[in-house]
Amino acid sequence: MTKADLVEEISKETGLSKKDTSIVVNLIIENLIKALAEGDKVELRGFGSFKVKSRKSRKARNPRTGTAVEVPAKLVPYFKASNELKALVNT
Amino acid sequence: MTKAEIVENISSKTGLTKKEVAEAVDKFLDCIAKGLAEGKHYEIRGFGTFKVKARKSRMARNPRTGDAVPVPDRKVPVFKVSRELKELVAQS
Repeated sequence: MTKADLVEEISKETGLSKKDTSIVVNLIIENLIKALAEGDKVELRGFGSFKVKSRKSRKARNPRTGTAVEVPAKLVPYFKASNELKALVNT
Repeated sequence: MTKAEIVENISSKTGLTKKEVAEAVDKFLDCIAKGLAEGKHYEIRGFGTFKVKARKSRMARNPRTGDAVPVPDRKVPVFKVSRELKELVAQS
């Protein structure tokens, strides 16, 4: 399923035009991305939450050459599914 | 950030009422949740992909008593972050 399929489904259920639905869907995603890029977390009750975790720097190896490389500390976005969503999927 | 703030922001940008936007946002989440439950996956370009992964059964331990307990096969919802979003967050 792509964003277009999602827009189609939502439009059918809400009665909003596909054009408006598409604008809303794009804005939802834009808001989520912006919050994460600012290091903010987004909690969507009953669905899950999007957060940013910090990863410490670590030493890794280039698998081809075997040379040690330093992987710098970085921030990574992740999604934690709510218990409701987990239960719904696992049926 | 909460759902209410997202609704507020979208409503002010589009001129749609908060009620209309709230309904669309709820349906957005509902559709993904229901789709995942049916085994569908959703790919949203530039953001990421929601999908369901199968986890095999395994033996775990009750941390309090140390007893071995079986964890059955199960399906878990996962979100794979797009490369674009990873890069955007890493730079911030």
